[in-house]
Amino acid sequence: MLRYLARRLGQALLVVAGVVVLTFAVMRLVPGDPAVAFAGPKATPEELAAARERFGLDDPLPAQLVAYVRDLFTGDWGVSLRTRQPVREDLYLAFPASIELVGAALLIAVMVGIPVGVLAARYKTKFPDFGVRFGSMLAVSVPVFWLALALQLIFAGKLDWFPVAGEYDSSLDTTSPLTLWTNITVVDALITGNWPIFTSTLHHLALPALVVAAYPTGVIAQMTRATLIEESGQDHARLERALGFGETSILTKFALRPALSPVLSLIALVFAYSLVNGFLVEAIFNWPGLGRYAAESIRSRDTPAIAGVTLLVALVYVLANLVVDVLQGFLDPRARTR
Amino acid sequence: MTSPGAEVPLRRSLPRIPDRFAAFGAVLIVLIVLAALMAPWLAPYPDEPHPLEGSLPPSGAHWFGTDQLGRDVLTRVLYGGRTSLSIAVSVLAVSALGGVTLGVVAGYAGGWIRDVIMRVTDVFLAFPALLLSLALAVVLPPSVNTVILAIAVTWWPWYTRLAASVAASIATRPYVDAARCLGVPAPLIVLRHVLPNSLTPVLVQISLDAGGVILTAAALSYLGLGAQEPTAEWGLMVQQGQTLFTTNWWIGTFPGLAILVTAFAFNMLGEGLRNALDPRARTVK
Amino acid sequence: MIEVRDLRVRYAGRLAADVPELDVGAGECVAIVGESGSGKSTTLLSLLGLTQDAEISGHVRVCGVDVLAASPRGLREIRGARAALVMQSPQSALSPATRLGVLMRRALKLHGVGRGADRGGSLDEIMAESVAAVMLDRTILRRYPHEISGGQAQRFAIALAIALGAEVILADEPTSALDVTVQAEVVGVLRRLREQRGLALLLVSHDLALISTIADRVLVMKDGEVVESGPAARVLTEPAHPYTRELLEALP
Repeated sequence: MLRYLARRLGQALLVVAGVVVLTFAVMRLVPGDPAVAFAGPKATPEELAAARERFGLDDPLPAQLVAYVRDLFTGDWGVSLRTRQPVREDLYLAFPASIELVGAALLIAVMVGIPVGVLAARYKTKFPDFGVRFGSMLAVSVPVFWLALALQLIFAGKLDWFPVAGEYDSSLDTTSPLTLWTNITVVDALITGNWPIFTSTLHHLALPALVVAAYPTGVIAQMTRATLIEESGQDHARLERALGFGETSILTKFALRPALSPVLSLIALVFAYSLVNGFLVEAIFNWPGLGRYAAESIRSRDTPAIAGVTLLVALVYVLANLVVDVLQGFLDPRARTR
Repeated sequence: MTSPGAEVPLRRSLPRIPDRFAAFGAVLIVLIVLAALMAPWLAPYPDEPHPLEGSLPPSGAHWFGTDQLGRDVLTRVLYGGRTSLSIAVSVLAVSALGGVTLGVVAGYAGGWIRDVIMRVTDVFLAFPALLLSLALAVVLPPSVNTVILAIAVTWWPWYTRLAASVAASIATRPYVDAARCLGVPAPLIVLRHVLPNSLTPVLVQISLDAGGVILTAAALSYLGLGAQEPTAEWGLMVQQGQTLFTTNWWIGTFPGLAILVTAFAFNMLGEGLRNALDPRARTVK
Repeated sequence: MIEVRDLRVRYAGRLAADVPELDVGAGECVAIVGESGSGKSTTLLSLLGLTQDAEISGHVRVCGVDVLAASPRGLREIRGARAALVMQSPQSALSPATRLGVLMRRALKLHGVGRGADRGGSLDEIMAESVAAVMLDRTILRRYPHEISGGQAQRFAIALAIALGAEVILADEPTSALDVTVQAEVVGVLRRLREQRGLALLLVSHDLALISTIADRVLVMKDGEVVESGPAARVLTEPAHPYTRELLEALP
């Protein structure tokens, strides 16, 4: 297990190195001069030279890469052209809200996707299976930004069941101010017992979380269905049938646990995917997370900010994959000896 | 009399290949492609630049209404299909060709060549595809070609990995060994044995990917990184309808539905084909 | 315990097994012999209604229950508790992520064994006894299938039958995946159960050596049909059908 961990960690580091190089390469692809972008179009030659000096733009590329990596390690992720704040601080402020949104979405995805997948596998080729296949296919095919607009129009605009936008009712900041611990509003409100903000956040969270949950719910349902059907065709399912277990208990008591292993690695994958989907959804719901930050940075072509977001999400993705691989060892006893 | 114990359908299940889902998806795709190809004849108001009345709700004259500039939404949705489909075709052609070539080289050559190619592939796969496409599209000038390039750059590694595994398994088959011993040059072996065997899995992968490419392209255009006015592109049209969504819902709704239906059709076909052709993924009896 | 008349099993209209008569009484051991594809496993599985997508006709009674007429629920009640299956590939027959003890406990609870005073002793005692009866250490209950050997897995499958109080064991090639010394262990366990507990044993095998040591009667199947049947001693020494002779000659 230890050796496996070490090897897996080595792989992850290699990928991180590649990700950093790739991000650097993309940033240097910028056709315009980054110094001009920073100093503004009306800058004097002296200001331009200062900017070039500051970003080391006159150095050879390898030296720039080394400097870039050194800066990343020392916590200097560059300065946003739009907010004029260090990118790292911007990300630090935006990240918790994204975790809140994606976390809620994945919770929905797991709680709906797995049972629905079980249902489809149980009634394979019958109507429930058909419905689940059809529905999950729709869920993975829907453009999230359009779904966000449609749900917002129907449930917030017309029916007025949910608030249109925002993370919570900001007037609550004065009536019942929130003590920050984790910076994730819903969690902080829960642990400090701040019920007004807690319920308000849940209320605001519902629609965006549903939108972001669509894709993961679909893939989790499909994956659960496929692996369960495969498991229930294995030899051991025949023995369980011969022991008198019914089809439903074979699926839920025996087949589900090994089937969860691929579902788990899928969750790591869709976690990062959902963060990126947030780029398309958060702005619509004015959700103060990475996605809104990224969308605004994209609109103003704020390359340092975009590089920062890209790097952060890619790191989260690598980390999530690593965590899942380790968890898998605990979920599927066969993986441990592999 | 039938066995009551087997609580699985006793009726003979319908033959799996042509899967009903795949067939339905294929029919939808044919319809969508036809609609896009025949847009100039099907579209009610094909001669674009004479604006009608702006922001009209759907009616007999304008089934999908008109947008704020007075353009018929149905016409633009039909023309948008041409943009989306040609983006998808270009992306898939470029990434499949490039990816398969690299993969075949990696799988057949082995050794350090394989290691280098596969490590680079791993790094690309370590990015969520949409993220890298976004980062690339941001630094390039917004256009349809940018979208194609940005997506193709993130998509080829899947084909490389696929082709490499097929090629590696074929390279060790006895008849390939025999051919090599007889002095048949490597490019010829690749052409005769490796490529034909990679074809089916690659085709399945392409049909599985098409939906994702269409969604990604729409997302990039929605963020303003792709097609620009006055090009009709579904993602861009949704974005243009966004500010008016609460009052003039039809401007953004119909292009969004078009994305959904097209991606859905390709996903159905892809899943159905995979079930039919890939024995491992096939639902077990 | 097992009574079969005119059993016909068809897959997609093709006849897979045709067994006119097959009886196994308590304490008896009957073997079905034949090469793969002869319909012997199909016959065995159809006795518990475990064939999938098959059309079955005829008359099958197992432990007094009409299998072909029974409801799914009625079938589940005899499966395991009265008639237990031992499968060919021992390890893949056990759910990979379930500890053996958990599997056994679930099966016992499912059939209500150990509840009240019906067989005396708590669940734990029943489990320990059954494992001891097949000469396994009780620590095996804490293990996962991939941590035990094929012979242990096969003996555990038999222990399941004992714990559940099964009266009939249906064994599908129980030794073919094991090596010779382990085969002897499993056969020994089966034979002792039959002698001490009066279990009925229906065995499917292509291993004539195994059959000659344990079976009372033998059915020889070829292409779905029974070509010869009778007491093991006669069939194996004076085969009447040329196919049986062929099988015997193939023995080393």
